[in-house]
Amino acid sequence: MAEFAKTFDYGPDAIILKGLDGSNWRLKDYESRAGYAALKKILRDGLKPEDVIAEVKKSALRGRGGAGFPTGLKWSFMPRSFPGAKYLVCNSDEGEPGTFKDRDILRYNPHVLIEGMIIAAYAMGIAVGYNYIHGEIWSDYDRFEEALEEARAAGYLGEKILGTDFSFQLHAFHGFGAYICGEETALLESIEGKKGQPRFKPPFPASFGLYGKPTTINNTETFAAVPYIIREGGEAFLNLGKPNNGGTKLFSVSGNVARPGNYEVKLGTPFAKLLEMAGGMRGGRKIKGVIPGGSSMPVIKGDVMMSIDMDYDSIAKAGSMLGSGAVIVMDEDTCMVKAAERLAYFYFEESCGQCTPCREGTGWLYRIIHRIEHGLGRQEDLDLLLNLADQIQGRTICALGDAAAMPVRAFVKNYREEFEYHIAHKRCMVGPGGYSTRHVAESLAMAAE
Amino acid sequence: MLSPQAKQKIDRELTKYPADQKQSAVMSALAIVQDEYGWLSSEVMDEVAQYLGMPQIAVYEVATFYNMYNLKPMGKSKITVCTNLPCALSGGVDAAEYLKKKLGVDWRETTADGNFTLVEGECMGACGDAPVLLVNNKRMCSFMSNEKLDKLIEELK
Repeated sequence: MAEFAKTFDYGPDAIILKGLDGSNWRLKDYESRAGYAALKKILRDGLKPEDVIAEVKKSALRGRGGAGFPTGLKWSFMPRSFPGAKYLVCNSDEGEPGTFKDRDILRYNPHVLIEGMIIAAYAMGIAVGYNYIHGEIWSDYDRFEEALEEARAAGYLGEKILGTDFSFQLHAFHGFGAYICGEETALLESIEGKKGQPRFKPPFPASFGLYGKPTTINNTETFAAVPYIIREGGEAFLNLGKPNNGGTKLFSVSGNVARPGNYEVKLGTPFAKLLEMAGGMRGGRKIKGVIPGGSSMPVIKGDVMMSIDMDYDSIAKAGSMLGSGAVIVMDEDTCMVKAAERLAYFYFEESCGQCTPCREGTGWLYRIIHRIEHGLGRQEDLDLLLNLADQIQGRTICALGDAAAMPVRAFVKNYREEFEYHIAHKRCMVGPGGYSTRHVAESLAMAAE
Repeated sequence: MLSPQAKQKIDRELTKYPADQKQSAVMSALAIVQDEYGWLSSEVMDEVAQYLGMPQIAVYEVATFYNMYNLKPMGKSKITVCTNLPCALSGGVDAAEYLKKKLGVDWRETTADGNFTLVEGECMGACGDAPVLLVNNKRMCSFMSNEKLDKLIEELK
């Protein structure tokens, strides 16, 4: 079995990533997959903006970036008769550890995103949009620029789209290494050419966004779902998933699985099925824990996870969140103290420094877990960690503070015996190393790229 | 001091924003001049400030906030390895350790011949391809086994 090879097998239920092979990303390929048919339908049939929003509401599409906010509702917040510029922004600043789904949309199906944004712009009466792309995926940024050129040349973007009175221009913007810019108001600051420090809300972007103008920001995958919704109907999209959890969802599966990669499944698909699609556990080892929605979400114990369905409401019931759909799978050889330490370091590194509880607290969280991991922990450290998490969570302008605090609390709660063992015995419960990478070298050797 | 080529590229970026929002091009302008000089000296940043009509301090703020900007000279190839949790679970840390040993440097150090600087990276949004690294910010290398690391280093020497 060739583990680790790049896979285009996104699963039988895929709609956004259906039929992609890595090379068929161009406009003509997209058009042969019914691309831009939704836009043409809107313009040909003279669908009203409010009809488009109603269709999106019917689909129960929820924001795919992490918060899961109903998309149609968000679109309806935009002032309809605002005099002056309004902006549409796509958040492709994908840097939540474990998340790599938007990248596959950008590089393998960029036009589905462009079409989704054009439709959104039409629905909200917006003339200019930006796609903020993670700086680390530069070749995908370049490709997106190329796709934009194709769309402009074909008359899908620019003045008087397809001969109608509707005009919309879309541009690519790149980040350059700041996780915080995935937060929507930090992202807006970044487009304005500033440090990416989140704004205090309210006012929300729908009233005061980019350059102080009404702005709607959605995730890449959210926009990418829109053409299908318009083409096939909101009802059809809703029926792919569950009530209140419409459609398919891309899950980025990483960690100790045989085939890390993206899988697009119907919302409500059992986790066990998703794990099977990802080839099961690497080396057949036992599952110990899963972070179901990106590194900011609470970890769930492996045996609990095996009985959970992958949708917003089911995962919330289990005490975590679907988040961005990044599923980080850890096996029995993973030291949970070390795992928590690495995540704590990440938030410490990425805190923007604006709010004291986060700027100082993330450093303390990291240093305390670091000393436990390195055999210098004290008995009282676990309570100190939980107390610290309480002092950070809910006390900052943006959610990065919560994102740092929630995983720590869940790691300590679910794997307290490992932390205690570390403090008492000054070493790992699971043997040296902490990460089970024994099989990695072997797997990489087999990878046929 | 900004080269005509750099100015041309910056001008293209400027067309993306409203005429009174030239500062929006600072992120790309800094990336463009960094590609040319390898790092951002304060002289270069001042040039960018002047070109975009913004205060110098506002340019420094951006350059120091985003971690892909080089605030001091780097080796010919800056290699950034992701060691975040999802990558670590699939050999990211092992790849980093292998490179440290092979190049004889630790994080943020440059080899004596000036060829390589090794940097610890945070999530690059490519966790499924671990181990993942970036060469000079823009070239991503995936599934980096020790053999592929050997080949890459040989190529970049």
